[in-house]
Amino acid sequence: MNIEIVTSDLLNIATLIFLAVIGIAIARIRNLFAVVMLSGIYSLMGASLYVILDAVDVAFTEAAVGAGASTVLMIGTLALTSSREKAATSPANAIKGLIICTLLGAALIYGSLDMPLYGDPSAPIHHHIVPRYLNDSMAEIAVPNVVTSVLAGYRGFDTMGETFVIFTAAIGVITLIGRKRRRRKTSKDDGGHDS
Amino acid sequence: MIDYSFPGLFNYWVVFLLMMIGFYIVIVHENLIKKIVGLNVFQVSVFILYISMAKIKGGTAPILADGIEVYSNPLPHVLILTAIVVGVATTALGLALVVRIQESFGTIEDNEIRDIEERQE
Amino acid sequence: MMQHKMILRVVSKLLIPFILLFGLYVQWHGDFGPGGGFQAGVIFASAFVLYGLIYGLGSLRTVLPSWVTRLFLSLGVLIYSGVGVVCMLMGAKFLDYYVLSSTEHGGQHLGIMLVEIGVGMTVFAGIVTIFCAFAGRAAADMYQGDGDQEESNS
Repeated sequence: MNIEIVTSDLLNIATLIFLAVIGIAIARIRNLFAVVMLSGIYSLMGASLYVILDAVDVAFTEAAVGAGASTVLMIGTLALTSSREKAATSPANAIKGLIICTLLGAALIYGSLDMPLYGDPSAPIHHHIVPRYLNDSMAEIAVPNVVTSVLAGYRGFDTMGETFVIFTAAIGVITLIGRKRRRRKTSKDDGGHDS
Repeated sequence: MIDYSFPGLFNYWVVFLLMMIGFYIVIVHENLIKKIVGLNVFQVSVFILYISMAKIKGGTAPILADGIEVYSNPLPHVLILTAIVVGVATTALGLALVVRIQESFGTIEDNEIRDIEERQE
Repeated sequence: MMQHKMILRVVSKLLIPFILLFGLYVQWHGDFGPGGGFQAGVIFASAFVLYGLIYGLGSLRTVLPSWVTRLFLSLGVLIYSGVGVVCMLMGAKFLDYYVLSSTEHGGQHLGIMLVEIGVGMTVFAGIVTIFCAFAGRAAADMYQGDGDQEESNS
């Protein structure tokens, strides 16, 4: 058996276990600063997993965006709010949530039982349109990185939509918190929102 | 001959575990920032689901080069690449809403906000 | 307060040019290796975010006034959809790049490059804008927080 494949499988499993541990830690810790840092680590772990799973472009993006940018934004929010999660939820709610999640998780695992096995080249996902991208894109577009040629070439319309989403989100953030804040006095005047 | 039964469905099961952790945080915890972190956990688990499906054992990253025959599937990579960037944009929007909620209610705990709203009515 | 962060200031001054250069490398090298507009935009923005974190929002706004980021934000989207419209005007379908140049591959390369520039610009400006919005709120809070406390005490 090929030693490279075995190594990558073992790394895959180890990274997944790390991810699960970090996920449980995020759910249990109440100090929000620690939670935000853990969510950055979680993203970085995800990026390592993407490298193991051959998705180098995705790993690159996740490391830059998920681990970098969104951690900075979350810490910025913590600076504006509080960094401590207050009361724990009532035990009744926690148990209800746990039951719902267990049932849903069991249903998902039952649904996964007839999915194609990991790494199997005969899975249907590899046979619909992807062979064309892999075999013909060099002749049609002449860009070696297939992810780029699909992103900007074959599915350019899709990517345009995504760019518009980022544009809209930035505009939304400016409208929500971009302007100078109203003075407290005026907020008292405009009719007891707080009281 | 490559054996496909070894990690088998393990990737998907861990993905479902992470999904349920994220979902649990969103429905049970009251703190809004924690809920957004929970959504992030859920989001990354969906990304891992897609990328796991794209992997072919013994394949390499889909950058065409001479002497390589097996490439992993590039299509899920494209979908998830854009989804990650859109994800951070929507996270930023959610955090901006949290900041505004903190400013007008003085708290970001969901139950306290509900109490304040009930008192107003 | 700022003077105490000597190491951060010196190291970040050294790092920022390389981060910008790496961002440009990722932008132009996206055809041949991992990378492209999305990643390059974020890396480029992270250099400015680092600058803003170390030197303060005021300095960042001197380097990059808000009208510049807003211009880039809309210019990126405009370039992307503009390429599509130009393709239509030259007789092909929307975003069908092969008409852009005399050879078919040249057209595809040009189209993909322009589109990636548009994506990079929007992502860069988007991240910087969002960061500045949060940081601006925090700064306003700090100045006003003191005033508020005095008011509520009295």
